[in-house]
Amino acid sequence: MGHMIKVNVNGKEHSGGVEARTLLVDYLREDLGLTGTHVGCDTSSCGSCTIHIDGKAVKSCTMLAVQADGCNVTTVEGLATNGNLHPMQEGFKEEHGLQCGFCTPGMMMTAIDFLKTNPKPSEDEIRHALEGNFCRCTGYHNIVKSIQYAANKMQTSV
Amino acid sequence: MTKYIGKSIKRVEDKRFITGQGRYTDDIKINGMTHGYFVRSPYAHAKVKSVNIDAASKMPGVIKIFVGSDIPETIAGVPCGWQVDFKNGDTMKEPPHPLLVRNKVRHVGDGVAFVIAETRAQAKDAAENVDVDYEILDAVTCPKKATEAGAAQVHADAPGNLCFDWELGSPKDEVAAALASAAHVCELDFSNQRVVPNAIEPRSAIGHYDSAYDKYTLYTSTQNPHLIRLLMCAFVLGIPEHKVRVVGPDVGGGFGSKIFHYAEEALVTWSSKEINRPIKWTAERSESFLTDAHGRDHVSNAKMGFDADGKIVALQAYTYANLGAYLSTFAPAVPTYLHGTLMQGLYTTPKVNVDVKAAFTHTCAVDAYRGAGRPEATYLLERLLDLAALEMNVDPAELRFKNFIPPFDGVEQEGYQTQVALQYDSGNYAPVLERALEMVGYDKFREEQAAQSNGKLLGIGFSTYIEACGIAPSAVVGALGARAGLFEVAQVRVQPTGKVSVFTGSHSHGQGHETTFAQIVADKMGIPIDDVEIIHGDSDSVAFGMGTYGSRSLAVGGSAIVNSIDKVLEKGAKIAAHLLEASADDLEYAEGKWTVKGTDKSVAFGDVSLTAYVPHNYPEGMEPGLDFNAFYDPANFTYPFGAHVAIVEIDKETGEVKLKRFIAVDDVGNVINPMIVDGQIHGGLAQGIGQALHEGTVYDDTGQLINGSYMDYCMPRADDFPSFEIDRTVTPCPHNPLGVKGAGEAGTIGSTPAVVNAVIDALWKGGFKVKDVPMPMTPERVWTAMNN
Repeated sequence: MGHMIKVNVNGKEHSGGVEARTLLVDYLREDLGLTGTHVGCDTSSCGSCTIHIDGKAVKSCTMLAVQADGCNVTTVEGLATNGNLHPMQEGFKEEHGLQCGFCTPGMMMTAIDFLKTNPKPSEDEIRHALEGNFCRCTGYHNIVKSIQYAANKMQTSV
Repeated sequence: MTKYIGKSIKRVEDKRFITGQGRYTDDIKINGMTHGYFVRSPYAHAKVKSVNIDAASKMPGVIKIFVGSDIPETIAGVPCGWQVDFKNGDTMKEPPHPLLVRNKVRHVGDGVAFVIAETRAQAKDAAENVDVDYEILDAVTCPKKATEAGAAQVHADAPGNLCFDWELGSPKDEVAAALASAAHVCELDFSNQRVVPNAIEPRSAIGHYDSAYDKYTLYTSTQNPHLIRLLMCAFVLGIPEHKVRVVGPDVGGGFGSKIFHYAEEALVTWSSKEINRPIKWTAERSESFLTDAHGRDHVSNAKMGFDADGKIVALQAYTYANLGAYLSTFAPAVPTYLHGTLMQGLYTTPKVNVDVKAAFTHTCAVDAYRGAGRPEATYLLERLLDLAALEMNVDPAELRFKNFIPPFDGVEQEGYQTQVALQYDSGNYAPVLERALEMVGYDKFREEQAAQSNGKLLGIGFSTYIEACGIAPSAVVGALGARAGLFEVAQVRVQPTGKVSVFTGSHSHGQGHETTFAQIVADKMGIPIDDVEIIHGDSDSVAFGMGTYGSRSLAVGGSAIVNSIDKVLEKGAKIAAHLLEASADDLEYAEGKWTVKGTDKSVAFGDVSLTAYVPHNYPEGMEPGLDFNAFYDPANFTYPFGAHVAIVEIDKETGEVKLKRFIAVDDVGNVINPMIVDGQIHGGLAQGIGQALHEGTVYDDTGQLINGSYMDYCMPRADDFPSFEIDRTVTPCPHNPLGVKGAGEAGTIGSTPAVVNAVIDALWKGGFKVKDVPMPMTPERVWTAMNN
């Protein structure tokens, strides 16, 4: 079917055919069964589908699966290593950064990329960095604290 | 002794969510599953002259296309769960709400055809080729205009678009007389605009008919699986209830919008038997905007009268409430029994009258949205109070202290009987405002405000609210028109090894029930929290339930769990007494064991549970097993309250409002998990503030929803808010075993008027004496208010 692509997702090689119009998020969810990445809108606004392409946060509803050919993709399922939570995951749990959990994977993926460029952010900088991610449950209050927790933890572990 | 209750225990459900293992409806795949897509009306009001599916039916992957005339006459439309009668006693107008329309569409998004194909993309492709011939008709979207002569009619059998009119409280002439003799009357005309709930998980439903068992399963993103099953089986499809299983898997937020039974749920269920394959439908966001029940949408006029000392003497409120094109499940209750009944507020107002006209319009249905009626009541009262304070040149906090109902605990002192039907359970109102003022640093703030000279206007706004939660005593709501009981159900099943499975009819859509309920069970039973599992959301495993809304899960569902535990421990004590060769009356239960008082003779919970299931040495005549349920019907609503204070800064050049601080002191009764309660308050605040500053639907005159996407509808973002400053007081509920009142809606109810009042305060202090700036208070609207 359509176009053959080869994508490394969470350290595992996948290859197969996709329709030209298939969105990357649909490929991840439907073809690979990685349903941790969510779809919350149809306008690339909500950020629930945020993943990493070669380490950069990308909204996977804004990209075609064929564009990911040859890329390294990380989804929320690939964050924990050897059963150890990523500091961002730990932060969201410790600081009650999630309620319904639907926006959470995208929030964490965005925040992880953000901390790479700004490892010691101010509260205002964190809030600004989350502009492309909607949460309807938490009022963002504890999401900010979760990211601060992760930033501190990642600092001390360096 | 409590080991868990009152502690911020980290949530047990988090692990699956942070690792991407949450299971929402759209994540579920079933062998042979097909995909559905709706053809929806692009017009608000039109005759459907024909629907041609010939070309679409031949498209790749298409399995079946249903149109309105394919739905058998034996299938009814979507029912309404609450009846409100006209003032003259006539029954409300209840026009049919078909699963798919046949002749006429009544709002943009009304379902015209349902296309089923092998893939979602194929279904969507085919839907684009369904040819519908419409004859466009005039539309009406405003509830007040809808009732005026000459307005377009939504339903032939609802003349003047009136669903019902309704009134509550003191006689109008007495209110009028009190207002006439008042020293000051504050009057306000305003809108409480329509907002869209916008749970980030779009609605989704999978119908699966299993011919081997002649049984249907509906997976649906819902706040109350059992109610959906009841409504769908008994009132829509006519399928025996025991032949339908409804599962609400993980639910990605609801805020009211997922309480209701929707046409899509019934259609996927019915169609799955017709095509003998499972069908999944998941809304696109633009579809959610058009079909998820919206919130608020009142057009109101209100007058509040004060005597020379600033005591409120009377309140008269008139409201036109928009119900949309069809009656959603609880729609009639929202502007009436969840709105008019709250018009006493926290104040001793001796005369209160509320008059409501509920109208049909060519818009999406309006129903309960976080707070549901209570935010509208609070907005009306609190706007009037702050505005009156400005008009009378008195301090808005002082004005409230002067009018608060004196403290009552509901035990030593009776509950407070309002002028609008309700009896408050317990309250102590001054301390929440005192604490909020202390957190604000009120005196210092007023000095800063007076000294402000940087081209910005500084303002402070107050809101002291009360709400009715823990919904609800069945007999009371039955008398008020509810067509369902509003009790809750729990089952506590002790396994032979002493591990405990708890089945609850409350259904979390983000509230953390699996943690909070486990804290209660572990403490009450004196066992480790890891020995408890909370099971919810599946009608085949949970006996029954009325779901999660109206801040009811803990107050009603939690109380049902406590009552079940009491039954377990009562039977356990008899088994323990037998094992200890003592009288059950001589035993005491603590830390997971029964002990003969004054001795060291004891038997552990696990030994008793094992004995219950291996009843060799066992009390004569007693049934084996240790498994009890309870149906808990509350004695009254619960009445949380609080004080919210907003501080804003307005840029005089641009009209932009910056929310600088938000202080919330809430009293939700006893608190089981402070971390979770704080989270509920935060989220509620963001939604209430969002309504004040950012959100609101825009329908044009033809009934098009102009801002029906995230590119157009202003969803609040992280940088729209400061960190919230919150605290609480504790006034226990006197009538439920946990003393809890509910925390889910408090933030939304209190916050909206506080923000608007702060903007109005800033404008007055800057010399712009405007009474109102319509919500959402966009820079353009605020700038216009200053430059008009």
